[in-house]
Amino acid sequence: MSYPSDYRYTTEHEWVAPKGKTARIGITDFAQHQLGDIVFVELPPVGTPLVAGQAFGTVESVKAVSEVFSPVSGKIVAINEALVKSPELINQDPHGTAWMVEAELDGEVPAKLMDTKAYEQFVAEAEAAH
Amino acid sequence: MLDDLGLDSVDALFRHIPEYCRLTRPLDIPKGKSEAEILDFFRAAARDNAPGFTSFLGAGAYQHYRPVHIDTLVSRGEWFTAYTPYQPEISQGTLQSIFEFQTMICQLTGQEVANAGVYDGSTALLEACMMAARVTGRDGLVVARSVHPQYREVLRTLTRSREFPIAEVGYLPSGRLDLDGLRAAVSASTAAVAVQSPNFFGTIEDWEQAAAIAHAAGALLVAVIADPVSLGLLPAPAAADIVAMELQGFGIPVGFGGPYAGILACRETFVRSLPGRLVGEARDAEGRRGFVLTLATREQHIRREKATSNICTNQALCALMASIFMATYGKQGLRELAQQNLAKAAYAAAACRGAGLEVLFPAPRFHEFVVKPRRAPAELEAACARERLIPGLPLGRYYPELEGALLVCATEIIPRAELDRLAAALAA
Amino acid sequence: MPTRASRHIVQNEPLLFEVSSPGKQGCQLPPLDVPAVELAGARAEVPDFPEISELEVIRHFTRLSTWNYGVDTGLYPLGSCTMKYNPRINEAVTRLEGLGDGHPLQSAALARGALRIMDLLAQYLLEITGMEAITLQPAAGAQGELTGILLVREALAARGDARRKVLIPDSAHGTNPATAAIAGYQVENLKSNAAGTVDMASLEKQMTGEVAALMLTNPNTLGIFEQDIHRIADLVHERGGMLYMDGANMNALVGRSRPGDFGVDVMHLNLHKTFSTPHGGGGPGAGPVAVKRELEPYLPIPALTRRNGEPALDYDRPRSIGRVRAFYGNFGMFTRALAYIMANGCDGLKQTTEDAVLNANYLRKKLEGAYALPYPTPSMHEVVFSDAAQAPHGVRTGDVAKRLIDYGFHPYTVSFPLVVRGAMMIEPTESASQAEMDEFVEAMLAIAEEAKTQPELVTGAPHTTKIGRLDEVAAARQPRLRWQPSR
Repeated sequence: MSYPSDYRYTTEHEWVAPKGKTARIGITDFAQHQLGDIVFVELPPVGTPLVAGQAFGTVESVKAVSEVFSPVSGKIVAINEALVKSPELINQDPHGTAWMVEAELDGEVPAKLMDTKAYEQFVAEAEAAH
Repeated sequence: MLDDLGLDSVDALFRHIPEYCRLTRPLDIPKGKSEAEILDFFRAAARDNAPGFTSFLGAGAYQHYRPVHIDTLVSRGEWFTAYTPYQPEISQGTLQSIFEFQTMICQLTGQEVANAGVYDGSTALLEACMMAARVTGRDGLVVARSVHPQYREVLRTLTRSREFPIAEVGYLPSGRLDLDGLRAAVSASTAAVAVQSPNFFGTIEDWEQAAAIAHAAGALLVAVIADPVSLGLLPAPAAADIVAMELQGFGIPVGFGGPYAGILACRETFVRSLPGRLVGEARDAEGRRGFVLTLATREQHIRREKATSNICTNQALCALMASIFMATYGKQGLRELAQQNLAKAAYAAAACRGAGLEVLFPAPRFHEFVVKPRRAPAELEAACARERLIPGLPLGRYYPELEGALLVCATEIIPRAELDRLAAALAA
Repeated sequence: MPTRASRHIVQNEPLLFEVSSPGKQGCQLPPLDVPAVELAGARAEVPDFPEISELEVIRHFTRLSTWNYGVDTGLYPLGSCTMKYNPRINEAVTRLEGLGDGHPLQSAALARGALRIMDLLAQYLLEITGMEAITLQPAAGAQGELTGILLVREALAARGDARRKVLIPDSAHGTNPATAAIAGYQVENLKSNAAGTVDMASLEKQMTGEVAALMLTNPNTLGIFEQDIHRIADLVHERGGMLYMDGANMNALVGRSRPGDFGVDVMHLNLHKTFSTPHGGGGPGAGPVAVKRELEPYLPIPALTRRNGEPALDYDRPRSIGRVRAFYGNFGMFTRALAYIMANGCDGLKQTTEDAVLNANYLRKKLEGAYALPYPTPSMHEVVFSDAAQAPHGVRTGDVAKRLIDYGFHPYTVSFPLVVRGAMMIEPTESASQAEMDEFVEAMLAIAEEAKTQPELVTGAPHTTKIGRLDEVAAARQPRLRWQPSR
């Protein structure tokens, strides 16, 4: 699966897709592969503040739990109810319909986030390490 | 085998242990004994524990008749020498029995989910309160003083490191919970209200009234049940949000206080906050029904420091005893059993009153009641022991205001003549 | 290839609720000999509660039992769980009249035998561990851990040196971090070194004035004895912390080495592992906690003591942390553990340890060609392999485990400890005979071969069980946690 060119990525394998003052956040294809079949997604309510680098939710497979760290700071303005009902969307379409939350941004997207090319290289290195 | 390993002695296997860590003398424990000698030792010890006495002790450990096939069945090695069912293909016996257990607990409690078990009633209360704190995001606990005193002690011990504020609410002269006191004690920081019914004095509480007060404050009601036999007759605690129940009464030996089993039951919406093992239904590739441990991500072996609890075991063998007990008595038998308990205690209390004794707390009760004997507890106890009778639990240690009073439990196993003998002994 | 498994008739058996029919009952109560009483507001019935006959109860639970595998069935080399033989004498003494039916609130004068049992067990456990005081109250290992950490917390507070962190090696059982967190501590991970033991340089750096305790398992979950245990203990003590030992692996030490002699301040024992009380399909256990003198005042009440030379219970302990469980703990496990210790005696206990270590090393020797050994450090009572040699064929530790079932063995512990990728943790215990281990080795070697030549045979295993692998993903996505009538 290719990584969308207009997204930015974290070293914890989250993506953020900025669109004006808001942005959608999810986890990457690499992350969903590592976790396996996702059975549960836990998201905070709308209105919850987000702090870049801090956990805001969890995704669970049968035998693993992973925290999801926010790539950006801001406030949650929408959560993906469809994903909560059908966690398997993360396995099927991690970069699209399986977005997790939509945030109103506090300022700019942090500069330290990777662009697609950097992230692809990061993933290639992670895979080689295994 | 040593040859296979190329070793000259078994000592070689321990040579990598630093010298200062090695024990170079034999343990100061007698040499191994035969079965016959071991039996002799334990028989002698058993004789010093008042075997064959008629006992009116209850207070969280209840003598109910245990159908003999409970021990026949649980003594099968496939049950008691198995480990936790982590390999479902060769653990379907344990897994199906736990699924049935969870179902029966839900039927009894009117709740939607029950876990596979925790250590006992006292730790069930603790886990229920911690769970309520997670669900509500609050930390205040309001606990009825008529909850088993040892349960409350355990709650205090195991929450002390996190400094959960615990407020206690008293009881009325009727023996029931002081609802006005409860209303005054709950606040916007209350996570859980814990109420026991039948309470420690045997008095039956009203779940719905307690729930209404808890819910009005945004808190959860934790229903504590010390003898599950009571649920054969008493209304299900369906109004409660979490049920914390001791299962010993369901065929688990009184056995000096353990092992027992506790359970937690709750609404489906709280299932992710529920501690302890859960068994769920599943299918294999050919569509055959089976059962697996599920939602394990709540637990310590996966979530580690973020787990819902550090609990690992589920008292499976005790839960199995309870399952066999429930299946054996069944719908009619459980009701009849509860009715007999109710009747025995009512008769015993009437006999005490008839002998001129004061029976405290007039509100409806199940199989325990509080009475004031004529003699001081220590004197009474010694006199009764000579007549092979244990008259009940002196309450002064737990409730100073009830110094001199006795908590008496009369279950179905006590014959009428013994109930009369008790009344006479208390009135002497 | 010989295998321990063969097919025989296994009865199907529906759920209790599916065999239930109205009016049946599995036992009869004696007639009520006092007047019946009506209770206002009593429930009409327990809806859908089972109604079955006594024989149906017997058949139901007998049939279910045949779908299980226990120590009585065969070799159960489940690492970290010490699945040793559960002697029947333990069961017999526990059910004696006067023990099985004794009430916990009987006065001390009417429970002298029970007190003697607790006192003698406590004395033996102290001798075995080299510790100075003990509580039998904790209901299981995990509750023992919590009790132990609360004792540490209290003792440090008394020193005026409350601290906020607990150090835990990455190879630890999950209960350790869960316990520390519940006791209010921040958990800090300690990395293992290449030998699989505590990395002294990391410990040196991380053992700061903020650390209350190091929670260590020795031998650790890799089955490796911590060579530097004395230096570890000294360092922890010098920096004002305490050394907690998870006693899960005491089966490698009894009679050979004592935690109290190598610097441990507080530890728990698992009576269901080391001392042969049955695992029961997931409990009950028992987790006594043994301590050094400094921690004694804080032990839970009631504490075991002696009065006029007689065993007694002491409730008057102002510095106690309080109760951790109602009554005295899992007394029925005390009788079993004591019977085990008496049956073995000092000589037998030591030999048990030696046999357990010998057996693990025998399996290690026989399997190390076919399976990767991530840590070449000497093994104690268990050995951890990895699936590194099988993974290239698409066969993982979980697959090898399932295939072992077809050969008639209970699998080893899968994917633990977490520090080993694809871990296979094998603990034969002293109960395994050489012949049985040879059969196990043959099965493991055959599976290693199958992994190369017909990997799908292994990844599709087990093939001989009542049901195949269950869809755990679907079960977790749509949990069905109880039976409900189809109305």
